[in-house]
Amino acid sequence: MSNTELMTINMGPSHPSTHGVLRLLLELDGETIVKCTPDIGYLHRGVEKLCEYKTYHQCIPLTDRLDYLAPMSNNLGYVLAVEKLLDVEVTPRAEYLRVILTELTRISSHLLWLATHALDIGAMTVYFYAFRERETIYDIFEMVSGQRMNISYVRIGGLANDVPGGFVERVRDFVEKFPKFMDDYDGLLTKNKIFMNRTIGVGVIKKEEAIAIGLSGPSIRASGVTWDVRKNEPYSSYDEFDFIAPVFNNGDVYDRYLVRMEEMRQSNEIIRQAIDRLPGGSVNADSKEVVLPPKEEVYNTMEGLIYHFKILTEGIKPPEGEVYFVIEAPKGELGYYLVSDGTDKPYRFRIRPPSFVNMEAFSDMVEGQLIADVVAVIGSLDIVLGEIDR
Amino acid sequence: MSENILIVDKLKEKFSDSIESTKVFRGEITVVVKKESIVDVCSFLRDNKSSKFNYLSDLCGVDKLAINGTFEVVYHLYSITFNNRLRLKSVIADSENPSIDTMCPVWPTANWHEREVYDMFGIVFDGHPNLKRILTPEGFVGYPLRKDYPINGRQPENLKEIYRKDYDRNV
Repeated sequence: MSNTELMTINMGPSHPSTHGVLRLLLELDGETIVKCTPDIGYLHRGVEKLCEYKTYHQCIPLTDRLDYLAPMSNNLGYVLAVEKLLDVEVTPRAEYLRVILTELTRISSHLLWLATHALDIGAMTVYFYAFRERETIYDIFEMVSGQRMNISYVRIGGLANDVPGGFVERVRDFVEKFPKFMDDYDGLLTKNKIFMNRTIGVGVIKKEEAIAIGLSGPSIRASGVTWDVRKNEPYSSYDEFDFIAPVFNNGDVYDRYLVRMEEMRQSNEIIRQAIDRLPGGSVNADSKEVVLPPKEEVYNTMEGLIYHFKILTEGIKPPEGEVYFVIEAPKGELGYYLVSDGTDKPYRFRIRPPSFVNMEAFSDMVEGQLIADVVAVIGSLDIVLGEIDR
Repeated sequence: MSENILIVDKLKEKFSDSIESTKVFRGEITVVVKKESIVDVCSFLRDNKSSKFNYLSDLCGVDKLAINGTFEVVYHLYSITFNNRLRLKSVIADSENPSIDTMCPVWPTANWHEREVYDMFGIVFDGHPNLKRILTPEGFVGYPLRKDYPINGRQPENLKEIYRKDYDRNV
């Protein structure tokens, strides 16, 4: 007669495959997971609280540090929410540059996902290739904003500055070479027997469950839901570009892989179209109350100096009201809910992080699976703890 | 937005006693619903054929104690079918023991969101399956996102001891 009991083991918070400081309490029956309890909050810094004490401009660098793999998307989502609150129109050049950089961010974020996801499952080679291309993208960010990771490049009403000379050529060079690299990754993984065995049929979530639990982004599109914020509620001139939001139906780790792979190719096409049609003109909106005047004006004209001081000392004062703005971040639906009480600081600054909600679906995905599948499923959800814990 | 106005009209007709006010700002409609009927209104909006708000995009709390002595719980609904958004709001007047019914039976995703609101504001969600702190550790004193919690808020000195004991007991 055998006597069995469940074993509880602790995975994380410092485990290389939990992609940050995620702790999982796993109850195991042999190698099968009976119950999984995620424990989050190790990286909680109180960003929402901090932002209530900062002026609208000062919040931008804090948003970089949410999903630190896609700082541009966080900046953009926040700034678009403030612009909606203020009712400011942005110039076409600023919108196109925002699209180019956000899509580059999406590619860099997906490249890191690809690298670590494959590494977790045991395919090491992809890691080095993916990081090589990610480096090229970070060089472009450095050229544009002086920073590699936390770029804080978007400003309310436009951008910090226009892109430097040589930017277009460098991006075009990347766009031309990238499809070839994608073929390399494809060749290494997509039809790789070991990779397929580890991912097909693992961590399945059905369409209805995915909607109810609140999945978004690539993860929900792998479950057969046709929904991409860029398509459904276009912002920043996304409606002017020709691209598709790939949808797959099985809802397993492999389909989430396929969705993200295709998304990278599509992002590349969006960048190609944007760089070909990049409009000229200013990158900042013509709105003196919101946008800092250029330095020459501050030094040489009285009016410029007055507005410079006014914005820096008093800040921007949006009207009383509340807005909710969502964008399609690399991880999913990123929302900002801002409540303004008419002062220079947000009364309530709420971030709706996609990873937080995607993580909620995690227990459903792994329960009943083998313990070795946990790292595969974590990788396929593409979580970032900076965003979950805020 | 025009569809939303139709939905709001329908809501007013069906739940005439429960809808307190509606407001439009920057093209976004906010409907304030009495807290007793928020679950009914939400399940109606989810299941009704002409609205189908099948996705709960966000759920969060707002502290308005200093303004009018209330808490607000804000629901951002989205319909993937009709590509439509709506904001619902419930006002909790009892600031001593704030509580509201849980939304978990309608949308399971509310589970973690409500835990976060409980963690940050101390609003209790009646009927919630697992109402525990989520971002701050167990034993944390106070509710950090309330306006009366200071930005440089310090936890009691002995909290480390409490954690240490907790840890020893678990191991």
